[in-house]
Amino acid sequence: MGLEAYLLLAAALFAVGLYGALSQQSVVMLMMGLELMINGLLAAGAAFWYFLAPGTADGQVLLLVVITVMALEMAMGFAVVTAIFRARDVDTTDDAGDLKG
Amino acid sequence: MAEAVAFWALAVAAVAGGVAVFVVDSMARATFALLASFLCVGLALLLIDLAYLGVLVVLMMVMEMMIMAVFMIMYMMNPAGFMPMTMVHNHRGALAISGAVFALLVAGIFLTPWPARRGVPAADPTRDLGMSIMGPKMLVMMVVGLAILATIVSAVVLAADRGRYDRYGDRPRGR
Repeated sequence: MGLEAYLLLAAALFAVGLYGALSQQSVVMLMMGLELMINGLLAAGAAFWYFLAPGTADGQVLLLVVITVMALEMAMGFAVVTAIFRARDVDTTDDAGDLKG
Repeated sequence: MAEAVAFWALAVAAVAGGVAVFVVDSMARATFALLASFLCVGLALLLIDLAYLGVLVVLMMVMEMMIMAVFMIMYMMNPAGFMPMTMVHNHRGALAISGAVFALLVAGIFLTPWPARRGVPAADPTRDLGMSIMGPKMLVMMVVGLAILATIVSAVVLAADRGRYDRYGDRPRGR
């Protein structure tokens, strides 16, 4: 068990989350994919702190920011879903392509 | 040895939970699969001396997934999962892209010459973190606080049906 093991876990979680974020039609399921990707970042950040630079608390501070971002992303995501559902009765990503370039 | 066994068990469970999120038929079950994945990562953090952050992840994710379950039930199209549910687009493309990203990351993990470990963990890393965010890293804490406040305000503004000053019609007391 070392840095590589933790990073392997992180990479697997990130890849599974990426699949979900790319493939899910329901906006809320897409957000679960994003959460899973951030979950992977948590594992990677913790491993980098413990196995590379445990002398200072910098890595821990970064993890704290990641955890906060995860909660905020969820709150804003659900707010946007609620707003678009109220306005247009839309709950799938295919119907919400307004920003498609 | 025991730590390695615990880590691999948690890692496999975390990834299995992650896969289950997109495999199970009901969104409520998917929420709890995601919760299981988060709990495993939280426990894995406990294995590397991150007592505070590990417990924080566990507690926060339990609460967050409970809230998420409510939203899931609000928006889900297949409440109890009685019917098979697939709600995917570009399934093949997404699988190919995520597989390629995983292969790239794994190659990077094993080919990168990681630097040697600098320093040893403090006797109490939690105290270290507390002194850091209340001292030299206080700006981070302030920005995080501000971001949370901004999120509260903007989430309510976005999600509320109408604002305090919106009325139906011209009458000042119209509701």
